[in-house]
Amino acid sequence: MQITMKINGQTYSHDVEPRISLAQYLRETVDLTGTHIGCDTSGCGACTVHVDGAAVKSCTLLAVQVNGSEITTIEGMANGSELHPIQEGFKEHHGLQCGFCTPGMVMTAADILKNNPNPSEAEIREGLEGNFCRCTGYHNIVKSIQHAAEKLNA
Amino acid sequence: MIPAKFDYIKASSVQEAIGLLDEHGFDAKIVSGGHSLIPAMKLRLSRPEVLIDISGISGMNTITEEGNEIVIGASCTHADIVKSDLVNAKLNMLAQTAKCIGDIQVRNRGTIGGSLAHADPSADYPATVLACDATIVVEGKEGSRSIAATDFFLGIFTTALAEDELITAIRFPKVTTGNYQKFFQSASRFAVVGVAVVKEGDAVKVGVTGVSDTPYRATAVENAYAAEGSKAAEHATDGVEVMSDHFADEEYRTHLAKVFVKKALEA
Repeated sequence: MQITMKINGQTYSHDVEPRISLAQYLRETVDLTGTHIGCDTSGCGACTVHVDGAAVKSCTLLAVQVNGSEITTIEGMANGSELHPIQEGFKEHHGLQCGFCTPGMVMTAADILKNNPNPSEAEIREGLEGNFCRCTGYHNIVKSIQHAAEKLNA
Repeated sequence: MIPAKFDYIKASSVQEAIGLLDEHGFDAKIVSGGHSLIPAMKLRLSRPEVLIDISGISGMNTITEEGNEIVIGASCTHADIVKSDLVNAKLNMLAQTAKCIGDIQVRNRGTIGGSLAHADPSADYPATVLACDATIVVEGKEGSRSIAATDFFLGIFTTALAEDELITAIRFPKVTTGNYQKFFQSASRFAVVGVAVVKEGDAVKVGVTGVSDTPYRATAVENAYAAEGSKAAEHATDGVEVMSDHFADEEYRTHLAKVFVKKALEA
């Protein structure tokens, strides 16, 4: 089936099988491998991208379902060499170790801050309930997002 | 994991979707958010040959006030419900229920119609739909009909929906004196036990999910409430076959049901 979508501002059009997930499509057809596939069962959140501005788990979404949508992946967050404030927060506060979960964490953090620009620590932790990190113990991820909130509100 | 092959059709009207359902019968499945169906397809627990996407049908993702009712379109996501001012003002317990489902990303895609049609025995909405005495509005080739929530859930993953029918909306009476209490399965966030209570003067309506293979109205609690107050929670599983699995065996789940019914009665 022919699908067309705007990914990080650029229009892509491909013929895909209906059974291919958005995560697979992004990684294997569009070559945007920043979106990771972890559990592949909508648990871990590593595959989180934005569809029309809302964070979703792209492993549990068929590419054909989002035909015509606007997608933002981790590759679309920085402005050239200038990191997005959330990415900067992760760098400043050591919000990652192995980095596998980081793209999903950043995309979920963007959804949290979009809907709640001044989240409490508890609200950040609650917002991250669909993203797993096996390295950091989450403390520095929370600090990273608090850093981004301050920067975005400045 | 990749599902078995299927054809994908995006329906532009309810009539088109019903026509396709009628044509393909059990080989077809309706998809909207897909957050129950796609995982099942990836595990090959479900192998539809035709997927009919209803998410683009206009008018099915609105939340409106009609007289004494709040009408939720079947394609409304859990996030739509959580963020709705109308739901928060006049049907707060539904927003409270939706907020308990999954996580931000799941709530952004999963829909209320999909959850009800899927009828997972550990889903959250059934308890609230039952306690509110909501009505499920469905449409099929014979036309539209309304199914009382108490007649809708027939068993595990089984509902009163006919083969050619789909849910178009859920009609709730306005409820401002209700609440939903849940014991989360710590990994999946499904309800090990979920209890919705609506209070009407001295009477209560109690919906329970997660405890049995079919969500139910705890009528024994409702009948005992006037005399016993929140101690009526002891009757939470009277006459019910309690599920047992590796998250909670029968004894523990029965205990949890009583604790959470009490909690909801006292909230």
